[in-house]
Amino acid sequence: MSCSLFHLAEAEDDRVFEMSDYQGPVARWCSGCGDHSVLTSVQRILTDSQAKPESTVFVSGIGCSSRFPHYLTTYGFHGIHGRALTLATGVKLSRPELDVWVVMGDGDCVSIGAGHWIHAVRYNVDMVALMLDNNIYGLTKKQTSPTTPQGYKSNTQPYGSYLPAMNPLEATLGVTNASFVAQTAEWLPAHLFATLKAAHEHRGFAWVRILQRCPHFTADMYGDVVKDPSRVEMLVHDDGITVPALDKIIEHRVTHDPKDIHRARELAEESEQIRLGLFYRDESRPRYEQTRSLPHHTADEKMAIMQQEFDRYAV
Amino acid sequence: MAIKLDTVGSAEDAGQGRVAPRILETRDHSVEIVSDSGEGAQKCGQIFGSVSAKMGNGVWTVEIIPAEVEPPPRSLAGASGIRIRLGDRPVTNWGDETDLVVAFNEQVLLGRHRLNSLKQGATIVLENMWASHPDEAVRNQWQAAMEELTEAGYHIIGVPMEDLCLTVVDNARKGKNMFALGLLCWIFDRDVDKAKEQIEHAFRKKSQAVVDKNHELLDLGYEWASQNLGFRVQVPTMEAERDMVVMNGNEAIALGAVAAGMELAAMYPITPATSVSHHLGEIFERFGGVLHQAEDEIAAAGVAIGASYAGRCAFTITSGPGLALKTEFLGLAVMTEIPLVLVDVQRGGPSTGLPTKVEQSDLLAAMFGQPGDAPKIILAPATIEECFHSMITARRLAEIFRTVVVVLSDANLATGVAPFHRPELLPEWQGGPPDQSAVPNDGRPYDWDERTGLSDRFIPGRPGGMHTVTGLAHDERSKVAYDSAINERSSAMRSRKLAAFSSTLLPPPVYGDPEGDLLVVGWGSTKGAIEEAVDRVREEGLNVSSLHLTFLSPLPPGLKEIFSRFRKVMTVEINYSDKPGEPFVNEQNRRRGQLSFVLRGTTLVDVDCWTRVLGEPLRPSAIVKAIKENLPEGTAGEES
Ligand SMILES: Cc1ncc(C[n+]2csc(CCOP(=O)(O)OP(=O)(O)O)c2C)c(N)n1
Ligand code: SF4
Repeated sequence: MSCSLFHLAEAEDDRVFEMSDYQGPVARWCSGCGDHSVLTSVQRILTDSQAKPESTVFVSGIGCSSRFPHYLTTYGFHGIHGRALTLATGVKLSRPELDVWVVMGDGDCVSIGAGHWIHAVRYNVDMVALMLDNNIYGLTKKQTSPTTPQGYKSNTQPYGSYLPAMNPLEATLGVTNASFVAQTAEWLPAHLFATLKAAHEHRGFAWVRILQRCPHFTADMYGDVVKDPSRVEMLVHDDGITVPALDKIIEHRVTHDPKDIHRARELAEESEQIRLGLFYRDESRPRYEQTRSLPHHTADEKMAIMQQEFDRYAV
Repeated sequence: MAIKLDTVGSAEDAGQGRVAPRILETRDHSVEIVSDSGEGAQKCGQIFGSVSAKMGNGVWTVEIIPAEVEPPPRSLAGASGIRIRLGDRPVTNWGDETDLVVAFNEQVLLGRHRLNSLKQGATIVLENMWASHPDEAVRNQWQAAMEELTEAGYHIIGVPMEDLCLTVVDNARKGKNMFALGLLCWIFDRDVDKAKEQIEHAFRKKSQAVVDKNHELLDLGYEWASQNLGFRVQVPTMEAERDMVVMNGNEAIALGAVAAGMELAAMYPITPATSVSHHLGEIFERFGGVLHQAEDEIAAAGVAIGASYAGRCAFTITSGPGLALKTEFLGLAVMTEIPLVLVDVQRGGPSTGLPTKVEQSDLLAAMFGQPGDAPKIILAPATIEECFHSMITARRLAEIFRTVVVVLSDANLATGVAPFHRPELLPEWQGGPPDQSAVPNDGRPYDWDERTGLSDRFIPGRPGGMHTVTGLAHDERSKVAYDSAINERSSAMRSRKLAAFSSTLLPPPVYGDPEGDLLVVGWGSTKGAIEEAVDRVREEGLNVSSLHLTFLSPLPPGLKEIFSRFRKVMTVEINYSDKPGEPFVNEQNRRRGQLSFVLRGTTLVDVDCWTRVLGEPLRPSAIVKAIKENLPEGTAGEES
């Protein structure tokens, strides 16, 4: 669709935005919650890119993490559980000039919203989609999520979860037309920032899984990994996400060309190490909103076409 | 028993000397064409209907659709076809029984007979190849069917359609429909050139050779009929005082959506709503519109709401099961006050129900389907013309009142075809450009007007208007409410909009005298049939009137006062209700028709109901019977 009616005051805009221009009310997440760190990183990116608050839209579902838009001063749409991607698709399809971000929890994205997630990857509509994965349902108080590790105890599976955890990276990489798949962790702010920046710059559907601590319900979940960087392996490549600040801290690294989908899928498989970095990127994939970008007509022009249509039904 | 058929001609018979045909003059005549699925009876009937409309007859056509895409051939339940009712004045409904049938095999015909679709003594033009079929089982079936049909008193004319068509095409299965069209054109004295134009249009995506073959078949049927049939039917035509167009309800909705300036339609295929998207698919892009086939109905609602949130005019189309899936999103749109038009082309329910058949069973689901209080506007077009205009109304209301507007159409309107006045299109229907101006300091996204509940919305892109809409209870600034008084107030503001809207409506007009013994109340596609029934009983001297509701939420004012002028009020609807006198059913536990349930609750009038779920539109004759059986006690002329 054309955006000629939506002329965002491009020209004489000499505003300079500070980080505080994106900060909303104090976030109500638990102290130590990983969501805080993601919020800060996102605010830094908005500041860095001098995003216009009025042309930036954050869409979310329902969950702790989905409160995200409330803590920003951009436009926001706090939707319903699992359906954020559908709302965001509607926004971007109709207003391609808007900068659209989606924030979801793991339950939101890969459980109740699983259908939309798979299709959003295929639509490849230009937006950033963040899945804040704390491996548990936070807002509803510690129920098993599809990404909960097998055996982990929750309120709905108190003797330990029955099945192996779902691997959302593998699943995403398996979807036709995937164009950007990355994994990062909120406790590594430099990597988080670099990943979100790459996602934001990507033209297409940038899906990022952010490993996120939930000290309230799963304090033990990522504790070891945070303390022991040798549990983490970085994907490195000149075309990948580079974080020099981590060079000294994280020793394990594997060179991976983000154009290589087969290798990406292998690397996404379970391993001893948690792999962070850019798994796959291909900006040449078709984007749905481009196929649906149609000329704009004035009301009078439309009336003229309408008359032709009615002629076909004329008696 | 030997079956004697009239005019059992063969290809060679054509052209024998004959007497002038008998001419039946009538003001109202119904024709059915029935075949196995895939034999094109519907196309034949559509063209016949269009030509008849172009020639100045009132027309209503309705498709006869089997449940499966390809039911077994020659099966009782497999009839695929179409009914065309012609009149010397505008025809508003499908009528009662059929006067004339063209059938491609005797089994589908028998199916129609057993459904009581055919008038006593109806004339039947029947493919007779089955009588001499090589398979004995088929011949036996034919024989048995003939006995039953002859017994029923029909006037059956056998026609060797197959043999005749084979003189033009290799596969007669693909050609009989145009042959049948030729027969009908002769019987009803239709303009053959107009029929040929319609054929060209219908086959516009095919080669010229295909068009030519179909023209040839049409000529063949016409010629054969003129040589062999002993009767013709004459239905006087009207002078068209204004330009007319002819289409079905789903086409009218698609065109209405475009005329209303809709920019995005999101849907997931579901009968009988899907064909709206077929029509849109063809034309929408020319207008710069986007038709989005989503991964499911929930996503379709989400995409439409997202687009509307972003300032585009968007709608979603579905039928019952899809309405159920969209429920949570409808609540979100109501709560966030994002305009949304939802078209529900109702079919039989619950669950998968009767996918291709008409019902008016989604009223309460549309009204109360969402958990919590979710006030929204519901309107129901009663005619195909209203299908068109309802889209324009719906868009305006959705935007002015920042809410969900549900348009309840149904399978009867969706597949019914009737001519109506060509609308005069107004550019203002397209709506103005969205407000992109900066929001003044301290502007609030829900600055509710205390009296009306109305407020202006800030769409993304408006500087200074940034806020987060949320399905959580919220205040004027869209801040999550932690104070219970805020919820009470915001609920009141959303509800107030409906009260404010209803204050702008006029009491609906009563059809017939403003007072009397019985008032029949209807909604949606039953209007034509109800008014025709009311006309008939009024001619017999009964004091019966009717009232048709377009707005179901909010209801128009004045209903209680109108009801008070009648001794009895009764709704007539196509949905389920317990019948009085059934086991365990009494006045208190009786489950009533959906509109009567609503009217009783809102007016405190003892509104009775007469409802049926037969999977077909109501017949005027059935309503006449219902009226007579339900007159209040002591009515003059009441049946004992
Ligand atoms: C349709 C529906 N079902 C269930 C819920 C209840 N619910 C709210 S959030 C949530 C899960 C939250 O987990 P997650 O998506 O992982 O996000 P987190 O809170 O951990 O950030 C559930 C089940 C709901 N709001 N809506
Ligand atoms: S419950 Fe967990 S996820 Fe939710 S806010 Fe607290 S720490 Fe964060």
